[in-house]
Amino acid sequence: MNKNISAVSALEVHDLTVAFDRKPVLWNIDLEIPQGKLVGIIGPNGAGKSTLIKSVMGLLPLSSGYCKIFDEKIDDVRHRISYVPQRESVDWDFPVSVLDVVMMGRYGKLGLLKRPRKADLDVAMDCLRKVGMESFANRQIAQLSGGQQQRTFLARALAQQADIYFMDEPFAGVDAATEKAIINLLRTMTAANKTVIVVHHDLQSVSSYFDWVILLNTRLVANGPTTSTFTQDKLQETYGGKLTLLSDVGDLIRRENFPNREEKVL
Amino acid sequence: MSNFTDFFSFSDPNVRYVTAGAVLITASSALVGSFTFLNKKSLIGDAIAHAVLPGICLGFLLSGTKNPLYLIAGAFITGWLSLYAIQYIIAKSRIKEDTAIGLILSVFFGFGILLLTYIQKSGNANQSGLDHFIFGKAASLVGADLITFSIVSILLITFTLLFFKEFKLLVFDRNYAVALGLPVKRLELLLTSMIVLAVVVGIQAVGVVLMAAVLITPAAVARFWTNSIRIMFIIAALVGAFSGLAGAYISYTAPSMPTGPWIVIVVSTLALLSFMIAPKKGILNRYFKQRRFRRTIQDENVLKVLYQLGESSKNFFVQRYADEIIRKRSFDKKGLHRSIQRLCSQGYLEKIGKLCVLTQEGKTRAQRIVKIHRLWELYLTTHVHIAPDHVHEDADTIEHFLTPELEADLEQILNYPVVDPHKTKIPY
Repeated sequence: MNKNISAVSALEVHDLTVAFDRKPVLWNIDLEIPQGKLVGIIGPNGAGKSTLIKSVMGLLPLSSGYCKIFDEKIDDVRHRISYVPQRESVDWDFPVSVLDVVMMGRYGKLGLLKRPRKADLDVAMDCLRKVGMESFANRQIAQLSGGQQQRTFLARALAQQADIYFMDEPFAGVDAATEKAIINLLRTMTAANKTVIVVHHDLQSVSSYFDWVILLNTRLVANGPTTSTFTQDKLQETYGGKLTLLSDVGDLIRRENFPNREEKVL
Repeated sequence: MSNFTDFFSFSDPNVRYVTAGAVLITASSALVGSFTFLNKKSLIGDAIAHAVLPGICLGFLLSGTKNPLYLIAGAFITGWLSLYAIQYIIAKSRIKEDTAIGLILSVFFGFGILLLTYIQKSGNANQSGLDHFIFGKAASLVGADLITFSIVSILLITFTLLFFKEFKLLVFDRNYAVALGLPVKRLELLLTSMIVLAVVVGIQAVGVVLMAAVLITPAAVARFWTNSIRIMFIIAALVGAFSGLAGAYISYTAPSMPTGPWIVIVVSTLALLSFMIAPKKGILNRYFKQRRFRRTIQDENVLKVLYQLGESSKNFFVQRYADEIIRKRSFDKKGLHRSIQRLCSQGYLEKIGKLCVLTQEGKTRAQRIVKIHRLWELYLTTHVHIAPDHVHEDADTIEHFLTPELEADLEQILNYPVVDPHKTKIPY
């Protein structure tokens, strides 16, 4: 049990299958990611990128497999995991301020029944400063632009002071200058041995942003360092060759209400 | 007037009980209902309210008494059952939430009425008063019942305060709450139990049918007035309390008046008023704002016409009749005269007899509008690649709204051009 702490994988996904309405959207994913990497999850629309993140975070039921973070069960290391959900996943007309939202990042550390302390406020303000939003602290969130909403979510995730960060399309609706600033921020985090895993859309910037990529199209196409993994033929396999047979079988399972796993006989 | 002083001296213990009960019940329901309102689950509250009726009847049938504890227990069970049934239908069939709620609400309520009718026909001497649960009767709150309901109300308020931060997060971003490792399932169980309990005590005052109004309307009122969730909850509780108090007072002064419906009428009136007069979100405010915009546009159009006439006669300060303005651009005659009057009083125009003339300030303002119009036309043709004969309408609106900052940006982007796409000179 006496493992070298920094040698432990940040994330291990083992035989992960996830289904929506019985149709598998992720098939038997196996992957491992070392600590301190800036990781991009790349793939076409409907490839299951967000699904992968959500299932790792335990937000979706798994059909098979398991995920481990720092070689532990997710629920045992929640305080070390931070999450940036997709911007559209919440109602931005909710009656709270930017600071209120960022303070939510402290709730995990605070625990039930405890009120946020001055120290939590300091952390929240500091995180707002890091994303350049300190002057918006008291702004109602309905008045934010898309990019500002995204930065608010980022600040909330930073306020968790975690060791591994999952970010679902943090650059959606963000202008180019802000995107650069965020990437620089993520780099300083990975330099401090934090692991940052980002769902990303823009193929142009992959090589310059990420030092590790996961190529995904309902199944895992490749997983490894960008230089050796982000290659022309792997990209071709991810985007070009849609495995029609695979999605036809998935459709069949849903249409006929077949179980997507046989029941285990104990 | 003596009614008023009699009531508010609270010297009659009965008045004290009823008022305290009504206020506590409505305030606590408003707090709990605010979470359902923010969660966009307002109809769920209505479904639960209807679904507790069979529980109350079963509680009475099984225990044979109207002891509130038994009735609450029964109500709690069927209230929960209805929620579970709604979720089950949504998860296991293609039926959507609104239909599922409609189905469950009517089935449970129908069953409740069935039981109630059976009880009333059974000749059980104890049963009188059970039908109060349908429309409520706060005036029947006395002694022991009241103590039970007050305790429940205070519990609801306490739990709202204790778990405010968690419930807020749960309603705003449930997935994030799970990701943080909060005990989301248990918190949801608690919140839903609180809603069921709020309904159970609330129907004492207003009845099954009107319960949804007590849960949801105070939150809707409060949301009109604030963008802060804390202030919203305070306003919702106050609105709830006020409607409870008003309902109790009205049924005290006119004993034939039912408390519950009056509570609902009071709170609905507040909602209607807020809808009208609330700052920013009220329709009156929006109406006045629109009217201000329309007037500004018309006034600026008058200035613009005078400027354009001045351009063609090479003198901006020629005195002109209103008819000349109308010949250049069609205005409604009365509206034009009102515009001229406004512009005169603001110092942009001067009137000499029937003639009017631009002042220096009027010319400056008109020139800015004309400049923005032509710059925007140019921008649309050169940068957005819109055909020159399609840009006029756009520019006609933009010219009235462009902020000075955007105006400066526009000038810079175009690098202070000399003429617009129609070869007309751009004035600076």
